[in-house]
Formats: sequence, structure tokens, C-alpha cells
Amino acid sequence: MRRLITEVGDWFDRRLQLAAPIREVSEHAVPRNTASWWYVFGSAALVVFLLQLVTGILLALIYVPSGGEAWSSLQALNHDVTLGWFIRALHGWGSNFMVAIVLIHMVQVFLFGAYKFPRELTWIVGVFLLLMTLGMAFSGQVLRFDQDAYWGLGIGASIASRVPIAGPAIVKLMLGGPIIAGATLSRFFALHVFVIPGMLIGLVCLHLLMVLKLGINEWPMPGRLVKKATYTAEYHELTKKDGAPFVPYAVWKDMFFAAFILLAVAACALYFGPFGPTGRPDPTIIQTVPKPDYFFLWLYALLSLLPPSLETPALLIGPVIAIAALLLLPFLSGEGEKSWRRRPIAVLTILLTAISLGTLTHLSGFTPWSPHMNAWSGDPVPERFLHGTTALERQGALVFQVKQCRNCHSLGELGGQRGPSLDSVAVRLTQDQLIRQVIQGGGNMPAYGKNLSPAETTALVAFLETLHPAGQAPARDASRDVVLSDAQEKRPGAQP
Amino acid sequence: MSNENLVSRRGFFMKMGILFNGLVAAALTVPIVGYLLSCITRGRANAYLSWVPLGKVSEFPAGETRLATFRNPYVTPTDGKTADTACWVRHIEGEQFQVFAVNCAHLGCPVRWFQQSSLFMCPCHGGAYYQDGSRASGPPERGLFQYPYKVENGLVTIQAGELPTPGSPIASILGKKPPCAV
Repeated sequence: MRRLITEVGDWFDRRLQLAAPIREVSEHAVPRNTASWWYVFGSAALVVFLLQLVTGILLALIYVPSGGEAWSSLQALNHDVTLGWFIRALHGWGSNFMVAIVLIHMVQVFLFGAYKFPRELTWIVGVFLLLMTLGMAFSGQVLRFDQDAYWGLGIGASIASRVPIAGPAIVKLMLGGPIIAGATLSRFFALHVFVIPGMLIGLVCLHLLMVLKLGINEWPMPGRLVKKATYTAEYHELTKKDGAPFVPYAVWKDMFFAAFILLAVAACALYFGPFGPTGRPDPTIIQTVPKPDYFFLWLYALLSLLPPSLETPALLIGPVIAIAALLLLPFLSGEGEKSWRRRPIAVLTILLTAISLGTLTHLSGFTPWSPHMNAWSGDPVPERFLHGTTALERQGALVFQVKQCRNCHSLGELGGQRGPSLDSVAVRLTQDQLIRQVIQGGGNMPAYGKNLSPAETTALVAFLETLHPAGQAPARDASRDVVLSDAQEKRPGAQP
Repeated sequence: MSNENLVSRRGFFMKMGILFNGLVAAALTVPIVGYLLSCITRGRANAYLSWVPLGKVSEFPAGETRLATFRNPYVTPTDGKTADTACWVRHIEGEQFQVFAVNCAHLGCPVRWFQQSSLFMCPCHGGAYYQDGSRASGPPERGLFQYPYKVENGLVTIQAGELPTPGSPIASILGKKPPCAV
């Protein structure tokens, strides 16, 4: 039996002549200390990419890229096709894992100085691979043609439209017409299924080829500096003196980690199920709160928090600067120290980026900048704010709810967070200031002057004046007290 | 045959082959690019815009703002429900209207009308507008987009057909307040 396998193998190899080059590649010497758990992310990203290819093809067997039918075909995958939901879940979770692993891989490469000479081009190709991975994540969200996809495209179009001069043409090119419709989905399908994956496969091959030709980055030692003149010779010396064949010395860690990641994707898919689709992509249903997928949430938060005047420049120039910085990095610091222990600015950059993105993502979980659309009709006024109040003050509480103040201002932790919480507003603002703020607005609050009758304003302010902690007196205007007491003193029989 | 200026027969044919392929590629580029860019203009300016009826004047009570829907004038066979569009119609009085796009002037999310506080609010990034569409607060840099409208034979008709976005010229046309607006 064994002889038969060998003979068949030999028959093929005489014609293909691949056995020797494959053996050479797999047994090439790598520095011994790179057989580390830190060096497994690149191969894991590749394995998840393969999973995406397979599950993507499986989904394409059922999915219909038509504006009228995509949503129903996703419902069919979720509910009618046997295990369709699981394949969708694998593809969706695979996408999240892929973005995460690509980012971790990039951070590791950055901190280990692997982008330095002679691996500059490997890094640059990697930057494009990251951009394409994000492109796949966004176009994939569009193919899940639901309300989030529809309004997400609207947001994309609104951003693209701000490009000077060419903006409107770019929007129509992106949408495939004047509105978000069937043609839009078709072109995102072409991007997601043909264009970007084709480029990804090509660039992944190039990326891998360079890793093999140039050798894996050695474990960075503090004080061992990269010099263009001597590096290549030093690296060869290192692999000769302290090298080990990649297979099997290092590869088993890659295999274990990749299998673990696949298992994690499958576990998430099994436990959490597929993503959406949310509501049907019908633009006449406007009772919707669109949100992007996880890896674009930080952008969603950023767009809410940037001052309006900064937004367009930040949206148009920000990505250009970020991508240019990533592409130029290996040319700006192509030599020198590799170890992160001696590169505090590199470590701080990573920390700052991670904390910023993390904070923005966290904020987008509860969107403090958005009005709570149903707070005015749904959230009760806590009893303690009504206890012992007069009829006028209660009338004010009603005005407060009916005029949707609650959508932006919380009471007792309930309600919108767009404006400040009003639990103790009476401590901050005097009666006059309250009236002025309600009528004229300002500080990002609309003016309600035209929309409140004098009686409603009086009642509302009377209610707001009761909003102070039990032991704390409300704010008062000292000069007003003086004026009032002066006036009282002038009256005969007045109390001092 | 060591004369460097002499072009060999094979070398000449190879160069001719490259030239020939280049010419064919250039000739093919024209229709390919034309096909790709055709969605921008359809060959003429404002080709996507048409007048669309929204409904009878009586369907929009004076002093109120109501949601109306219309089918986009430019439709393709695979559009499904996506060609249906919503807009907010504010009937001021008589034949005076304002017709707002539902798309927020910030990033295009659908704004909702709150009659009690006379505000449009956006669920995405917190933009708010007064009843006349002007900006009240939040990130939008301008007021809501308005469709040009006319009242003909008792029908409210608007000029529509393109997704209004902050940068599109159509948006600046739409943003111009009709003289009758309050």
C-alpha cells in the first residue's frame, strides 16, 4: 500500500516537479526564537481568509444580489435553507475575527520593528491588505442588504459627496445611479465577490513570497540596531548559527493557533448566530436607528463628536494622512532599533490609538449624542421629583415630557444624554437663566421660544426650579434679592 | 550583424506586437470607461430629475407636517422597495408648502418629526431642525434639504430623483428657500 502511494506520488512529481521546491520552502531555516506565540497572527489571518473564501462561495449559492430580493434571500438562508444560518454566522464572525487578527498582526509587526529594512515592501503590501480587509468588511455589510446597510450607504454617500468638485460624481459612481437602489447593491456585490478578493489573493501571495524571500523578522533584541549595509549578512549569520527548519520547528504553533481561531469563530457562530438582517431596506420606513458594524463604530462616534467645522476636513484629509503615515513609516524609520523596549514613542502611539478607538467604540454603545426618540412618551418622571409639588410644578413636568425635553435631558438616569442631566439643574441656573435658556436655547440646544406659550414656559421653569438635591439650596440671583428687598423696605410695614 | 542601430526582424515584430496590443487596449478603454461612468450623468445634466406628484393638497392639513412617500422617477428592474422614497411635507397655508428630504443634512440618516416640540430630530448623530427646516442644533452645518415644489390642479408636485447629499449641487438647489417659505 505504502509502495503504491509512493509510486503515485512519484508519477505526479515527475510531471509537476513541485516536491523539491515545497520541501525547500517548508524546511527553510528560521531564527530559533521566532518560533514564538507572538508570530502566529499572520498565518491565522490567512486561515480565516480561506474560511471567508469557502463560506462566501457557499453563501453565493443562495444569495441573490438584487435590490428587490437580497433581503428575502438572506431570510431564506436564515430560516429555510438547512444550516444556512450557520454558514452566514461563520462568514459574519469570520469577518470580525479577520479584521481583529489583521489589526493584531499589524500591531505586533509594528512593535517588533519588522517593517524596517529590508521588509519595507512587505509592510506596504500589508497596509493595502488591511485597507482591503476593511473594504471587505464594509462591502460585506452592504450585501447584508437591510436597513443598516441602506442608511450606511447613505452615510457613505454623504461623506463622499463632500469631496470638492468631484463629490457628486463620486456619489453617483459609488451608488451606480442617483439613489441607493438595485444598481448600488450590484456594484458592491461585484466589489465584494470579484474585485477586492481578487486583489486580496494576489497581494497575499506577494506578501507571503516576500516573507519567504526575505526571511521572517528575527526576535528584536534591545541594542541590536538595523543597518542597511550589514543587516542581510547578519540575518544570514543568525539563521545559520541559531536557525531551525520552519517545518516542523515553528509551524506547529501556527497550526495550533489557527485551529483555535477557527474553533472560536465556529463557537461564536454557533452561540451568537448570524448578524441580521435587520428590517427590510425600505426607505419609507424611517423609524430606524442605523448603526455600522463593530469595526466602524469608532467612526460613527467620531462623526458625532467632531465640531461641525472640523468634520469635512477631518473626513477628507484624515484618512489620507493616516494612510500616508502608514505607507511612509518604513522609509522614515527604516533603520535602527527594533525592540519595542527601546521605542517608547512607538509604544505610546499604539496605546494612544488603542485607547482612542476603544473609547470611541465604547461611547457608540450608548450614543450619548443622540436624542432618545421615545423618552418623552416612554420614560416616567421619577416619583421623588413630583413628591409634594404644586399643581403649577406638575403642569411643568407635563410640559417637560410633552415638549420632548426628555429626549435630550435625563431625569433620574432615564432619558437622553444629548444635553446635561437636569436632576439638579436648579442648583446651576437661576430662574432668569432657566427662562432665557428655554426660550433662546443656545449651547447646542434649540430655542423653544416660538413653541412654548408664556403659561407653558412659566410652568416648565417652575418645575425645573424644584430640581435640586434635598440639602442643597437652588441657585438664586443675589442682585435680584437686593433689588427685591430694597423694594420691600420702601413699603411701609415691610419685614427686613 | 553587431551593428547596434540595426533592428532585427524579430525585435521589430515584437515592438509592432506591443504597439498593436496597446492600440487595441486604448480603443477598448473608451467604451469601458464610458460604460463605467455612464451612471454619473446618463449623458446630460440633471437627467435623473423629474416632477413627481405627492398627493392632493387636501391630504396635507394646513399648519401640519406629514410624511409622504413617492416612487423615485428613475427606476431599474432590481430596485424593489429601495426606489420608494419618503419626504416631510409641511403645509404652511394656502398653496404655501415646504417639502423636506428625510435625509439629515449631516450624514443622511432619516430625521423624524416631533409635532409637540416642532422639531425634526435625527437618530444617528443628534442633529435637530426647526419646523421650517433650519438647523436647531447638533452636527449638521445647514438646514434640511428642500425639494422644489409646485401645486398644480390641486396636486402637490415636487422635483425629485436624486439622493440629496451635503456636497451635491442638487442639494444646494434644494436648499434654496422658496420665496413663499416663512
